[in-house]
Amino acid sequence: MKPGHGEVVIAEGDVELAEDEARLLEQFRRQIDAGLWAAVPVVQDNGRREAMMVRSFEDVPRDAERVIFFPRAAGG
Amino acid sequence: MVLALGVSTLVAVALIAEMIAPQVTEAWERHRARRRRVPEFSLDPGRERRAEQTARELLRSCVSDDDWAMYRELGLIRVWGKYPRAHAGGEYAYLIYPHKPIVAYEPQTGRLLGEHCVTFPDETRPYGSSRLPDSDDVLAKWMALTGDEQRLIGEANMHLPGRQVDPAQITRDLWRLSRWEQARMRDLAAELNVSSQSNES
Repeated sequence: MKPGHGEVVIAEGDVELAEDEARLLEQFRRQIDAGLWAAVPVVQDNGRREAMMVRSFEDVPRDAERVIFFPRAAGG
Repeated sequence: MVLALGVSTLVAVALIAEMIAPQVTEAWERHRARRRRVPEFSLDPGRERRAEQTARELLRSCVSDDDWAMYRELGLIRVWGKYPRAHAGGEYAYLIYPHKPIVAYEPQTGRLLGEHCVTFPDETRPYGSSRLPDSDDVLAKWMALTGDEQRLIGEANMHLPGRQVDPAQITRDLWRLSRWEQARMRDLAAELNVSSQSNES
């Protein structure tokens, strides 16, 4: 998410392919190092939708369709 | 005589300098401030509209159909609190508005519990502003609340109800929300009725 942009695609790939996974991992770390928060939208067994906050690449479910990065929260 | 006059003059100059030095410094700072360039921030309505449209699509793809309809029709999303024990065992929920504090309340009584003031500033300011599009702000709050409620509430500044959001407006929104839910339930019941009748025939 970016001001003036909305959604911006940072990287795409298949985690089952080593080359793609390395690229996704690098981009993930770059965003986290920049101070962004990361979340994975999920659908629970009961159909309820929510997000899962992830702090490391290993936390991302292997079948996740996407990870959304957004600026970290600050007291307003 | 000359020495005494010279010393007196020096003392007088020192005293005068001491008296006018702050005023000179202040005048100089004011002069510099007037000449300082203020970064230009140009708001492009077309770009902001496109960004908001993109943000709405992303929000729609993440939340449930009900939540999306709630946001589209009422301009807010309700998220249920996950820790009733922290609220004396009672249910509580949050109302998420774009670029306004998150409002916590008790659904059974309508009592307002507090405002959680939180922002998601992008300090890279790609177009001079750190402000996300409205729907991105709502999605960020929704993800952070449903994903890690305690962390988000821990980051937010908590205030008593009414500090930034008018309690009368929240009361109206809660009334609109209850009417909206009743209408949704009626529609759902009607759909179920129609489908059961078609199955019987």
